[in-house]
Amino acid sequence: MTEHIAIVGGGTGGTVLANTLAEKLDAELAAGVVEITLFNDGKDHVYKPVWLYVAFGQREPADGRRPLREVVDDRITIRQDYVVDVDHERKELELVEAIDPAPYDKLVVATGAQLEPERVPGLAEGGHHFYGDDGAQALRDELLAMDGGHIVLSVVGTPHMCPAAPLEFTFMVDDWLRERGRRDAFDITYTYPIMRVHGNEHIADWADPRLRARDIAIETMFNAEAVDPEAETIVSMEGTNLDYDLLVAIPPHTGSDFVESAGLGDGGWVDVDKHTLEATGFDDVYAIGDAAQTGVPKAGSAAHYQANVVAQRVASEVRGQPATAVYGGKTVCFIETGMDDATFVEFDYERPPEPSEPTRAMHWSKLAYNESYWLTALGLL
Amino acid sequence: MTTRQNHTEADTTVDARGATCPGPLMDLISEVRAVNIGTVIALLTDTEKSPTEVQEWADESGNEVLDVVDEGDHYRIHVKKR
Ligand SMILES: Cc1cc2nc3c(=O)[nH]c(=O)nc-3n(C[C@H](O)[C@H](O)[C@H](O)COP(=O)(O)OP(=O)(O)OC[C@H]3O[C@@H](n4cnc5c(N)ncnc54)[C@H](O)[C@@H]3O)c2cc1C
Repeated sequence: MTEHIAIVGGGTGGTVLANTLAEKLDAELAAGVVEITLFNDGKDHVYKPVWLYVAFGQREPADGRRPLREVVDDRITIRQDYVVDVDHERKELELVEAIDPAPYDKLVVATGAQLEPERVPGLAEGGHHFYGDDGAQALRDELLAMDGGHIVLSVVGTPHMCPAAPLEFTFMVDDWLRERGRRDAFDITYTYPIMRVHGNEHIADWADPRLRARDIAIETMFNAEAVDPEAETIVSMEGTNLDYDLLVAIPPHTGSDFVESAGLGDGGWVDVDKHTLEATGFDDVYAIGDAAQTGVPKAGSAAHYQANVVAQRVASEVRGQPATAVYGGKTVCFIETGMDDATFVEFDYERPPEPSEPTRAMHWSKLAYNESYWLTALGLL
Repeated sequence: MTTRQNHTEADTTVDARGATCPGPLMDLISEVRAVNIGTVIALLTDTEKSPTEVQEWADESGNEVLDVVDEGDHYRIHVKKR
């Protein structure tokens, strides 16, 4: 009998997992005892980190997009469809396009995070962002059109993808304006929901003096309640009101709605064991990447490491062996500190991040990583 | 107020033990944003500074810390959305 492994979501986590499993289960796939299907609602694989550079005219959205078929191993079946529900009893996935449900023996949820700016009144109309193809292009055009004024970068959504990105954008926009001799015509304000500039204390301690040294105003304890696009103001739950000329917001995020209908967790995030990545209460379901509630950042690197762990576990289970691989919380992040410098952090459940002095070499490493991403996702690096 | 016994009933729980980044307080805020006024949230956290930080944030944002329970290897902090 053929064992069906279903992966939902063809982003970073799902793609790395599919390609790693294709290697590990080569013999089983060839013998037809295992079949691996990757479900994704779009035709393309999207590499989101590119959007930060799109906002500054350094990359095009097309640089972050390739047909999924080109990046996924031929031994994997790809189905372009949206998974709406899971029948845990019958072990079937309910799909939008296909009439018949798809069977699974092992299910891995890798559905990532989506934007939901509508949750804050006025935000969709009044705010810009760099968390999507269209948003990043509109922001680029707006930045190029501005002669001066007040740029407000507001972290509105919690949780959100890439907790470093708001700081990166702020450092980069400051540097970008300085390089063009325009910084004097602009004020820049950075807002954050809690009492420091980043959720992680170590990163906050590192970033705070660097923001101040560049004359970037800081508003902490700022949780956006509403945006008035006409008046160009943003008001917080804590009662602070800010005028802006350009509002760059990190919008509210949500997970895939099927997670909730399938009883796997609230808000689109799957409740998992932080080490085994098994969905709570289900021994045949795993979750990885942004969709999994692990307590690590929603970062591609974490999705990648988690995919490796789940690939090992699933391969063991297919062979009737006990699964022993566990995830220790490993995350690595390059953090841009301007247009030409970056730093790097590596941390896990036990060790906190310790950002170092930014260097030009680290910036080039980040760009090189972005370029080589397609090889990494393919399993070639 | 830190107590050793837990008398408060929570409507929902945020388990932020071991949360690395962005951390327990940010996890709490996402839940506060998602629930209705009057909901009691239990935040489980093993970050030493959480009781102080949650109190500071609650004071500023107009929410209420009902109590902080020391569970030995973590805190259980009850917050009511106002
Ligand atoms: C601007 C920006 C910059 C970033 N920079 C970095 C960085 O420098 N370093 C870093 O490590 N991370 C970075 N990230 C974060 C990184 O992109 C994400 O953490 C990563 O993509 C998560 O991978 P994933 O597989 O969990 O989800 P995704 O890559 O989002 O993939 C999820 C896939 O599932 C599909 N899907 C969802 N629901 C369904 C369904 N029900 N049925 C079928 N398909 C479905 C989606 O369409 C999507 O294709 C950045 C993110 C942004 C937005």
